[in-house]
Amino acid sequence: MTQTRHPMTGNEMSYYAEGGTERHRYDVVVVGAGGAGLRAAIAAHEAGAETAIVCKSLLGKAHTVMAEGGIAAAMGNRWPEDNWQVHFRDTMRGGKMLNHWRMAQLHAQEAPERVLELEDWGALFDRTEDGLISQRDFGGHRYARLAHVGDRTGLEMIRTLQQRAVQLGIDVFMECTVTEVLKQDDRVAGAFGYWRETGRFVIIEAPAVVLATGGIGKSFKVTSNSWEYTGDGHALALRAGASLINMEFVQFHPTGMVWPPSVKGLLVTESVRGDGGILRNSEGKRFMFDYIPDYFRSETADSEEEADRWYEDKKNNRRPPELLPRDEVARAINSEIKAGRGSPHGGIYLDIASRRDADYIRKRLPSMYHQFKELADVDITAEPMEIGPTCHYVMGGVEVDPDTQQSAVPGLYAAGEVSGGMHGSNRLGGNSLSDLLVFGKRSGEAAAAYAASVPRPSVVEADVRAAQAGALAPFEPAAAAGAAENPYTIQQDLQQAMNDLVGIIRTGVELEQSLVALERLKERAGSMAVEGHRQYNPGWHLALDLHNMLLVSECIARAALARQESRGGHTRDDFPGPDPEWGAKNLVLTLDTSGDGVEIAEKPLPVMPDDLRELFED
Amino acid sequence: MATTDHGVTSPGRAHIEERTLRRDRWWLQPLTTFVVFSAFVVYATVRAFLGRDYYASPYLSPFYSPCLGDCVAGASDFGQPFAWWPLSAALIILVFPLGFRMTCYYYRKAYYRAFWMSPPACGVAEPHRSYSGETRFPLLLQNVHRWFWYAAVLVGAVLTFDVVLAFRPMPAQYAVGDGETSGVHMGLGTLLMLVNVVLIWLYTLSCHSCRHIVGGRLRHFSQHPVRYRLWTWVSRLNESHGRWAWYSLFSVAIVDLYIFLLATGTIQDVRFF
Amino acid sequence: MGYDLKMRVWRGDAEGGGLTDYTVEVSEGEVVLDALHRLQATQTGDLAIRWNCKAGKCGSCSAEVNGRPRLMCMTRLSDFEESETITVTPLRTFPVIRDLVTDVSFNYEKARELPYAELGPRDADGKRRMMQVDVERGQEFRKCIECYLCQDVCHVVRDHEDNKQHFAGPRFFIRYAELDMHPLDTHDRRRLAQEAAGLGMCNITKCCTEVCPEGIHITDNGIIPMKERVVDRRYDPLVWLGNKIGLRNKDNDGRTEV
Repeated sequence: MTQTRHPMTGNEMSYYAEGGTERHRYDVVVVGAGGAGLRAAIAAHEAGAETAIVCKSLLGKAHTVMAEGGIAAAMGNRWPEDNWQVHFRDTMRGGKMLNHWRMAQLHAQEAPERVLELEDWGALFDRTEDGLISQRDFGGHRYARLAHVGDRTGLEMIRTLQQRAVQLGIDVFMECTVTEVLKQDDRVAGAFGYWRETGRFVIIEAPAVVLATGGIGKSFKVTSNSWEYTGDGHALALRAGASLINMEFVQFHPTGMVWPPSVKGLLVTESVRGDGGILRNSEGKRFMFDYIPDYFRSETADSEEEADRWYEDKKNNRRPPELLPRDEVARAINSEIKAGRGSPHGGIYLDIASRRDADYIRKRLPSMYHQFKELADVDITAEPMEIGPTCHYVMGGVEVDPDTQQSAVPGLYAAGEVSGGMHGSNRLGGNSLSDLLVFGKRSGEAAAAYAASVPRPSVVEADVRAAQAGALAPFEPAAAAGAAENPYTIQQDLQQAMNDLVGIIRTGVELEQSLVALERLKERAGSMAVEGHRQYNPGWHLALDLHNMLLVSECIARAALARQESRGGHTRDDFPGPDPEWGAKNLVLTLDTSGDGVEIAEKPLPVMPDDLRELFED
Repeated sequence: MATTDHGVTSPGRAHIEERTLRRDRWWLQPLTTFVVFSAFVVYATVRAFLGRDYYASPYLSPFYSPCLGDCVAGASDFGQPFAWWPLSAALIILVFPLGFRMTCYYYRKAYYRAFWMSPPACGVAEPHRSYSGETRFPLLLQNVHRWFWYAAVLVGAVLTFDVVLAFRPMPAQYAVGDGETSGVHMGLGTLLMLVNVVLIWLYTLSCHSCRHIVGGRLRHFSQHPVRYRLWTWVSRLNESHGRWAWYSLFSVAIVDLYIFLLATGTIQDVRFF
Repeated sequence: MGYDLKMRVWRGDAEGGGLTDYTVEVSEGEVVLDALHRLQATQTGDLAIRWNCKAGKCGSCSAEVNGRPRLMCMTRLSDFEESETITVTPLRTFPVIRDLVTDVSFNYEKARELPYAELGPRDADGKRRMMQVDVERGQEFRKCIECYLCQDVCHVVRDHEDNKQHFAGPRFFIRYAELDMHPLDTHDRRRLAQEAAGLGMCNITKCCTEVCPEGIHITDNGIIPMKERVVDRRYDPLVWLGNKIGLRNKDNDGRTEV
């Protein structure tokens, strides 16, 4: 290391003086190294493209690692009756028919092969007695369908993909944050970012960029998401000129930990219920029977006896109400807590201890056992867990072409949670991991094909300078001189506002308030200042991420205010039921002309072909 | 302890002077191991070279079993093929159990930590400048552990036979009570030898090499159900391999000491029947 | 409930640094990472920490707490006396970047040198069949969250910088073991494990197992079985004899040495 450092940034002077940026050239740049990003990169590489992965964390730490339950794929290993049509139907019904039918179809058709591919690459799934990949029950899925490894399926998936990517020799830019998608004219020319370690800027010139940045959960106070989930891809796409859809639909997972405070929101896998766990309120009542919506009444058990028989005999019994789709269960739990029947720490009880023996629990749910033991001093084989809803997933995302995952901007692709349309208004458990694989592969292939078919673009130097200036703004003395805002404080205020005003149950009045609050936060973010220099400075990183969080939060609030109905992950207290008129349209968000806010428009749903429509006629 | 520039104080690593920041009593375990093992080695060496007071009929000290040298009358149940051996008969066979323990995966951990201080405890810098592990002679020889295991099984069988013999009637000079010297007998010595042989077997069968040989080497447990069953049993024993190593170390020394005391006439056997 | 916790945190970078004293308010049920986050939010906005999931699942927040390699998110404050000062330093085996963040690229370089799974063709129906008992051993190793605490605590590289070149470390030995125990894999990597990965450098002092937050029996179930497999190939007289007279373990048929 050299001795001379820039007085403000702490970076080495030599390259700063020359412009201070690294340059690289690739065919395809994948932003994000979770399941979708890795799968996209593998696909792009195998299609012959020079591919790079850029990720904010170390390789293998992405949020996919937290996925617990499994990968939904109609392989029919447990139930030969299962096939893609049933899976497609479950997915559409779970999403309250707002899903893009073509995405749901591709997803259901291709998921089994994507799972088997993981096995080819070394994944070790749990097995059936015949030696096939075992499949487990999950909410909203008609048959046991989730390929799993205990309750750490996400870890298995990311490790397998990571090892495959390393084996193929794909370049990975670890701990590197992309802050802008660069364009030439109206199409993608590359990506601009910085190394977290040094603060040094990076320009990666590439005709195709695949966004695989995951979700937005860190804008909420109680969330199962990690710090990385700041809506980067959503914001990058908006700023590049693409549109977002379905942003009002945020999934609150029914079962997050509520105690101790430091882990509030941490996920408790749905497998607990899939494997026999039930929900009780403080009076000991198994309350889910009171919350079965008409829409699912015909396929849900109405007595405890029938519900308990279902685990053994699925043909002659209907599913327990605990395994309704997540939005239904989360709302029910919320109502119980509000009605004063909650547990001491403000949750309700999830009980598997009284229903399954200790060995079974430890074998099927080892991570959960470990998590409660280590973090809450609770032995889940002996006592019930205290749980409550937690912000888990955003159904909305970049509006893409279902077959190629390309956004409205040529060369810009989105796959996984950052893309929208696949899950409609509510995602079924297990469908996210399969989504990552199916559309990760499709986006990577399409991006590689696109990159090979167009002349190489070049980045516009003025854009690069603007991106640099934007990234360095929090260090500007001008900002520091005024009423300097601490980014950590703004983040806390944002999370509180989103939780209180745009949470699981919403009203028009509160949503209006949230928009006012967001405007105020945006102003404050303008005068953020950070201490220290550019080398591994989390305050600075947060300050940059905050702009994305604020933009995406506004999308959520605006769309939530506009949609005057309750559907899936969007519940309006002032419009309690679904509205068929709203059920026929999506809300599309784009950046407004000021570049600081968003505009909203309605768009009719794509029309499902008749042969698929027939699947719903019974 | 002088710090070095090749370990935790290497250039580039976080600059911290202390060789460890642990504040618990991390030194207690290696120190205990050091003291106990050293005591055992001293005792065993003395007893092995002593060459006498190892047989108090019907008890034969495990240090001398099988007694293949020029042994005292009654001690050699397998002949005396090494009758020409000028030194203590223990030295002929002790190499096998000794080699088994020296190359044992548990003992290796224990003495590398306690004697070599490589490392003394987790997160505590070791004092050595260089380290090549078990890649070179002589430590490369640790790989012959399995050969010693084969031998240890034979030794275990012999010691088991000794226990059977220890139920034999005692000669008249050791007789107690009414002087009964025929039929089956059991004394404290028999009991100690019985306990010892059980612990020796637990130690021998819980060995990592044993675990590998009975089933661990397989790739398809499902095609070898019997060996899989054996492997699960050995695996369960193996979890406590270190415990069996300690217990059997004590038991073997106690049995030898007891027989020494009998043979020297210091004490009388406690006879149960 | 809440109390003031005294902490000593290592601040600095590759050019130097030292332990700095802080006092931070903490409350019931919190972990070391919570305390550091509060420090970050209220006193030292630029304190560098690497973390992600805060649930012991991603293995990012590895550091040394009171001299012991730990995940900061899984180290509960209730394990310490309220009056005790908690010392947090970066991992001491890897080069420091800043504060509590170290450069763990050693591990990613070793991962690149590693062999990969190579399975034979699928069954006729396009699926694969493996029995649960045959995958369970490998599954234990695949619980690894790559926190690299085992790599950090291993004295082979912790105390001997020069060994880093020839030694893959416990995390990768269990990868070897996993592949070697894979029921459908077609490669024999025992020679690689012994020569390229430096399996013989391990003197099984078991610190890797002691620090593993996932409770993987790295030494007993991974490294020692791998050592035994190397012995099968190189040092066992009975295996050698068996091969000579045509008696051999058919379980390894169809594997090619790489």
